[in-house]
Amino acid sequence: MPAFNRREFFELAGTGLLIVAAPLASEAQRGGGAASLGARLHIGEDGFIAVLSGKVEEGQGALTELAMVAAEELRVPVGRIRIVMADTDRTPNDGITAGSSTTPRTVPQVHRAAAAARSLLLMGASRKFGVEAAALEVRDGAVAHGGRTYGYADLARSPEIAAAYKDALPEGTEVTPAKDWQTLGKPQVRLDARDLVTGAHLFPSDIVRPGMLYGRVLRPPAYGATLESVDLGPAQKLPGVKTVREGEFVGCAAPTSYAARKALEAISSTARWKTVEQPSSDGLFEYLKQHASREDRTPARERGSVARGLAEAGVRLKATYQVAYIQHAPMEPRAAVAEWQNGRLTVWTGTSNPLGVRQALAAAFGLGTDKVRVVAPHFGGGFGGKHTGEAALEAARLAKEAGCPVAVHWTRAEEFMWAYFRPAALIEVEAGLDGNHVISSWDFVNYNSGAAAIDTPYRIPNVRVRYVPSDSPLRIGSYRVLAATANNFAREAFTDELAHAAGQDPLEFRLAHLDNDRIKNVLQAAAGKFGWKERRKDKRQPSRGIGLACGTEKNSVVAACCEVEVDRQTGSPRVIEVVEAFECGAILNPANMKAQVQGAIGMGLGAVLREEIRFKDGRLLNGSFAKYRVPRFQDMPKLEVILLDRKDLVPAGGGETPIVAIAPAVANAVFDATGKRVRTMPVRVPTA
Amino acid sequence: MATIRFTVNGKTRDVETEPDRPLLEVLREDLGLTGTKYGCGEGQCGACTVLLDGQPVLGCLTPAQAAHGHEVVTIEGLARDGALHPVQQAFLDEGAMQCGYCTPGMILRAVALLGAHPHPTDAQIVQGLNGNVCRCNDYHRIHAAVRRAAAAAGKKA
Repeated sequence: MPAFNRREFFELAGTGLLIVAAPLASEAQRGGGAASLGARLHIGEDGFIAVLSGKVEEGQGALTELAMVAAEELRVPVGRIRIVMADTDRTPNDGITAGSSTTPRTVPQVHRAAAAARSLLLMGASRKFGVEAAALEVRDGAVAHGGRTYGYADLARSPEIAAAYKDALPEGTEVTPAKDWQTLGKPQVRLDARDLVTGAHLFPSDIVRPGMLYGRVLRPPAYGATLESVDLGPAQKLPGVKTVREGEFVGCAAPTSYAARKALEAISSTARWKTVEQPSSDGLFEYLKQHASREDRTPARERGSVARGLAEAGVRLKATYQVAYIQHAPMEPRAAVAEWQNGRLTVWTGTSNPLGVRQALAAAFGLGTDKVRVVAPHFGGGFGGKHTGEAALEAARLAKEAGCPVAVHWTRAEEFMWAYFRPAALIEVEAGLDGNHVISSWDFVNYNSGAAAIDTPYRIPNVRVRYVPSDSPLRIGSYRVLAATANNFAREAFTDELAHAAGQDPLEFRLAHLDNDRIKNVLQAAAGKFGWKERRKDKRQPSRGIGLACGTEKNSVVAACCEVEVDRQTGSPRVIEVVEAFECGAILNPANMKAQVQGAIGMGLGAVLREEIRFKDGRLLNGSFAKYRVPRFQDMPKLEVILLDRKDLVPAGGGETPIVAIAPAVANAVFDATGKRVRTMPVRVPTA
Repeated sequence: MATIRFTVNGKTRDVETEPDRPLLEVLREDLGLTGTKYGCGEGQCGACTVLLDGQPVLGCLTPAQAAHGHEVVTIEGLARDGALHPVQQAFLDEGAMQCGYCTPGMILRAVALLGAHPHPTDAQIVQGLNGNVCRCNDYHRIHAAVRRAAAAAGKKA
């Protein structure tokens, strides 16, 4: 037993493994990962290796990726790794799980920790064998020399290793180069797959605590509505029901979801609300323009002179693009269980930002962050939509008043209306071609949705790009790759218009304007596999068209080609085939990477074909799965994914960028089919 | 309140409950079978799919009393003596899930599909599973898993 204070340890369920708890809150607050080796990794006396990370698993594959990294450096099968994630009492501060950051930022830390642990084990073995570490062989969780072996578990018992856990991670630890990888770079099924296919995994909405009640919260009937009066009396008469009112917050808790629903209905029927006028989705884009931030607050980035470029252009084009609000709609709506014990609060919840939720809880209840523990078990999807802790706060309030643990499971209707949305975008773009059909100027402004990937990758001498915030009628937040989808949609659709005006093939036109070889590579890979050049020449059925688009964001590049068929009567397009090429440096887990790309294409198809939040008078008009159609099996096209593996490049995260190319590729294919430009997401093809 | 007597995963269970309470909530809250998921509460996503006398039903729309005297199988009841059901095994081998929240419903729907069509065409797979939503859009791997399960069953027979 290493010389640690007993309470610094906790037992990892099922393995009998003792591992070192996270550094003190004050250390974790500094950010930047684990303060010591022991806070990141521990070699168990049973031969299992625990890796700790503050990152969450929400389906994107971080758990398996981090295990593969540790397995690679420690030369053990992946199954020997136990990953402990997203527990603010135990795991190091790896920041929020967002922005494709796990791969570029957390993976290197786990790499280094595991490599450092391996060299410690080697040093220990070297002493035991009495030979140089360089003469030893490491394989399958043991160090071998001349027919004798020492298992990691034996070596890990040494006081030197126990002492080293307290040390900071050594700088400059050498990690295994990509060309020598044995585990990384090979397809690996997610390590928790068995628990997922048996239903054994406990998602946040599956967590049950002793004596737990099911809570519900009274919601306003419309955005901006305020509570004038409510009578809790009728609900309080129901058996087992507890009610809570703190200002505008009204909720109840009961022994079953059914009883809680009945209690909430009783409360709701007595509530009187004051509503205020709210904007609607009709007229949304005029509203966003009218309520745009003042120009002097949103400086443009400019190279060359757009004014001069446009004045001198041979051909000038101008267009406006509109992108609707959409919902993440993860399969598991927000859920949390809160439990108070001796003035300390523990919350299990599905959030990408456990430390942020801990902070919010501490602030809401006037507690130090050391009095709040947030655990985020692997949850049912986020896509950037669960960076906040609404259900956690609600459950904690109800639990505090009820005097027992309370679960709050949002309904689908609540998730639609009270989670946040991907911001709508209004994008205006104007460009000019010079006498040689080369883009000479580019003026691009995004209202409301954001600056991600707002710049153009094309070589243009005069460029001005600008993001102008507006007064968004709906609550907005993060979404897979943020505004890069909207900006890429407008840029790639408009670039297609320029190619058409220049009388050039869309592929050749792009290649001629690109300096970035990585984008060129994915464009050529996708176009080659799709048969772009041949299919451009082929005579197609009049209702069919092909299109392509490319993009770059978060140090990764993507290109997609697709074929669509447009129903002449309804104007609605169906996507028949997609070929997408993606490159994000050296690939860690090709199986997961492919799934992320396929999933991003499917999700992107939803947003370009159908998804659109409509609202009026502060209410959603389509806040349900019946009215808000997300992609289903029947919507999936024939799909080919090409992964370009660049072992010579540092791995970048790949869960987001693959979504940006499909929407403009579809819009461009619709033009090819119909001769009509589509400048909205979702697409609306003018009929007749 | 009423006493609902039904068989769940091979065991007879008596539950004292409101007869109109959704089967989904009885399974999750009274019997601790949390593998069956809530997704939408309106029968649009299939996350709550269970088998009632071998037929797939939506637990969110099925009142508890409809299960009285009948046999229910949930995701927890598919494996036998620690051996996964062939459809579970196919999903595992194919890695056919991302967040995995829709997985139990998908698997039960696929079990029912393969019961009706042991050698389904691609179109039958799409049609059979179209009521189940995977928001991670892992449809291609799920489709492949169903094909794999069908092929494995074909080999055995």
